[in-house]
Amino acid sequence: MSDAPYIPVTPSLTLPRDRVTGALAWISTVDHKKIGIMYLVTSLVFFCLGGIEALLMRIQLAQPNSTFLSPTAFNQVFTMHGTTMIFLFAMPVLVGTANYLAPLMIGASDVAFPRVNALSLWLLVFGGLLLYFSFIAGGAPAAGWFSYAPLSEKAYSLSKGVDYYCVGLIILGIASIFAAINLLVTIIHLRVPGLTIRRVPLFVWMVLVTQILILLAFPALNASLVMLFIDRTLHAHFFIPVSGGSAILWQHFFWAFGHPEVYILILPAFGVISEVIPVFSGKVIYGYEFVAASTVAIGVLSFLVWAHHMFAVGLGHGVDTMFAAGSLLIAVPTGVKIFNWIATMWQGTIRFTTSMLFAVGFLVMFTIGGLSGVSFAAFPIDWQVTDTYYLVAHIHYVLFGGTVFAMFAGVYYWFPKWSGHMLSERLGKWHFWLILVGFNMTFMVQHFLGLMGMTRRVFTYPNLPDWGLLNMISTTGAFLMGIAVAIFIWNVWTSVSGGEPAGDNPWNAWTLEWATTSPPPEHNFDRVPPVRSRRPIWDLEHPENPDWKHGH
Amino acid sequence: MQNVAMPTTRLFSPDSPQAGAINHLFLIVGVIMILILALVTFLVFYAAFRYRRRPGEGEPPQLFGKKNVEIGWTVAPILLVIFIFVITLRTMHRADPAPAADDPPFLVVTAHQWWWEAQYAEPHVITANEIHIPTGKPLLVELKSADVIHDWWVPQLGRKMDAIPGHPNDFWIQADTPGTYLGRCAEYCGAEHAWMRIRVIAQPQAQFAQWEQHQLEVPAKPRAEEAAQGEKLFQKQLTCASCHRVAGTPAKADIGPDLTHVASRETLAAGRLKNTSANLRKWLANPQAIKPGANMPNFQLTENQVDDLAAYLETLK
Repeated sequence: MSDAPYIPVTPSLTLPRDRVTGALAWISTVDHKKIGIMYLVTSLVFFCLGGIEALLMRIQLAQPNSTFLSPTAFNQVFTMHGTTMIFLFAMPVLVGTANYLAPLMIGASDVAFPRVNALSLWLLVFGGLLLYFSFIAGGAPAAGWFSYAPLSEKAYSLSKGVDYYCVGLIILGIASIFAAINLLVTIIHLRVPGLTIRRVPLFVWMVLVTQILILLAFPALNASLVMLFIDRTLHAHFFIPVSGGSAILWQHFFWAFGHPEVYILILPAFGVISEVIPVFSGKVIYGYEFVAASTVAIGVLSFLVWAHHMFAVGLGHGVDTMFAAGSLLIAVPTGVKIFNWIATMWQGTIRFTTSMLFAVGFLVMFTIGGLSGVSFAAFPIDWQVTDTYYLVAHIHYVLFGGTVFAMFAGVYYWFPKWSGHMLSERLGKWHFWLILVGFNMTFMVQHFLGLMGMTRRVFTYPNLPDWGLLNMISTTGAFLMGIAVAIFIWNVWTSVSGGEPAGDNPWNAWTLEWATTSPPPEHNFDRVPPVRSRRPIWDLEHPENPDWKHGH
Repeated sequence: MQNVAMPTTRLFSPDSPQAGAINHLFLIVGVIMILILALVTFLVFYAAFRYRRRPGEGEPPQLFGKKNVEIGWTVAPILLVIFIFVITLRTMHRADPAPAADDPPFLVVTAHQWWWEAQYAEPHVITANEIHIPTGKPLLVELKSADVIHDWWVPQLGRKMDAIPGHPNDFWIQADTPGTYLGRCAEYCGAEHAWMRIRVIAQPQAQFAQWEQHQLEVPAKPRAEEAAQGEKLFQKQLTCASCHRVAGTPAKADIGPDLTHVASRETLAAGRLKNTSANLRKWLANPQAIKPGANMPNFQLTENQVDDLAAYLETLK
């Protein structure tokens, strides 16, 4: 047994104790765990809205020359689907997970700025509501989620939709920046003694790098949104070529945010996978340093690749070549991670819980998305396939096969900690297999549709050979995914109070969040186990072979 | 609604050296991608089956990682992406050779919401949506936009290229086999993005020259009573002439497609409808029912007006 003592916790913050109960306790809370859960619930609500929008699109596209949705309605729906899934589902689900878990994983009693934390959440909710209010205020935005100028300018988008898009996203951006500062300070300053930066769980590493990306990327988005808003409301000319502005400028500004954003959405997912795979393989992560360092490499490179969204713009061979080099290079640290995760499974004793199934599904699905990404970096290929369904398939393999699969792995893994109850494994397996089949039905065929010439963002298409059939397969798959998500929600709903009691550490995991009760008390820990390595609970349970003896 | 019968389009049947070069690159990168995917999938499945937990099994040995192995799987992908980078650059020069500074464009294409205007350099032919080219030689196209960003894409003939207001672009187009090639706007450009389609009609030089000559002819003034009535409507009584152009008449605008030889085209409304008499009437009667959001309003024409206008337009062969 290690002779290091337990670490008594003296909360550095005097938190206002909850004197209220019920809904008001949730609304007024500054507890990072409650805020984290509200983030997760918010993201689930928007995930359902975005999913319904996706199904509406798939109904419209199931057959050629369909008239289920008018062009205007379709264009609003695809714009809102993208905007919702990026800003109101993927961002909050990741921020919420980090919000709940990062303080626990570093043995802290809360985040550094609990009130700012509450402000971030409520700004997010407000921004989301404002964006959706556009539907009843004269029409949702219909210029696509990246809102290319001059289509998004007043002359071509007359309704108030794009104005709501600008203001809503500015508010979401502010919320994200607040949350990023909060998590950064928390991770840097509130780690329990002994938990050096080289010992924090990889999830915390990924969250740390992500917050730096948010801090550097979101100001670019907010500044460009302000400019667009000024163009639209005060008749400026930032992005209006006929009066001296530049349409291409918007694209540079937007993707200077937009490409780091892709990594903002995938790095925390990598973090989840880096926690789940070791625990269910019974093995320590293979090559902690490589996984952490490759994350930093991705973070740096992510700022040098934005113009790979612009290979068709005609920026010239020099620019194309440079951004192709960066984009190809970023495949390397990503590939390294895949091999490290597989090596972690190698020679392990793998338990196929639902969480692990999703993690393994992630490995293959994300690899497909990553590899098709490489084909875009070889930019003459991009000159053919960009803005087609091949691209739609690519982003969904990355963001659904990647981020969403990883988040499902994370939810099945941490739900017991969050609620004190286990999710049903039986329903979980139905959920996994249905969504795996549905997802591949929906998006695998879209690669072929793209190669056959189907462009993205079309509300309908002519009756060309095989197009109707492939689109029908895609739509059927989308509905299977819908059923799978309904099963998931049912699983959460019934398990949140009715599931098997979880206990402190149902998976025999090793990081600090499992060293307290499920759910944890408001101050998180009564005492924190001694931290002398990356796996404090392993060290406690294996006094004969603790990690710190190996120098980790 | 009667639809346009369309030939198939596929990326994998390139008809120009430029598109062929891209195809070739895609095949090489595609094979590499599939091999890597097969490797990763095999390793994942192998690990999943071979190392699944069996009842009563103890804890596995804890392996913290081996530097050499990890350096190995870092260096291998670096070598691979260097290889891809090299073949990418080679393809770039083949698929999109830089035009000489003094190369005049063969054709200037201007994208509009939601149709294509084409102006040939010499002789100065103006047409819309259906673009004729001679086969067998690379032709330089200058691409512009009159409003928002669009994108020219005819997969079998070469790369796609954005049409950006204030930023004219050049690209090469070539077709080796005579025939009709389908393309479309590939950058989302508003309500009717889906129906902003392109047809490129590649013809042997002699036939192309013939077409060109025909396009230069100014249509004769209609003599039949209905058509003459239609012309009067078009030129004077209605506002058609404030958006459209008919060579040899006062109608000179380029807000909507040039109609000088509209009757000789295969389709109407940028590929939305097959060009038949019935479809033309349907279009004139209410464009918004056929292409909702298009810039041509519903003029609430009477049936007689529609007949007269259609009769006139049908003389514009």
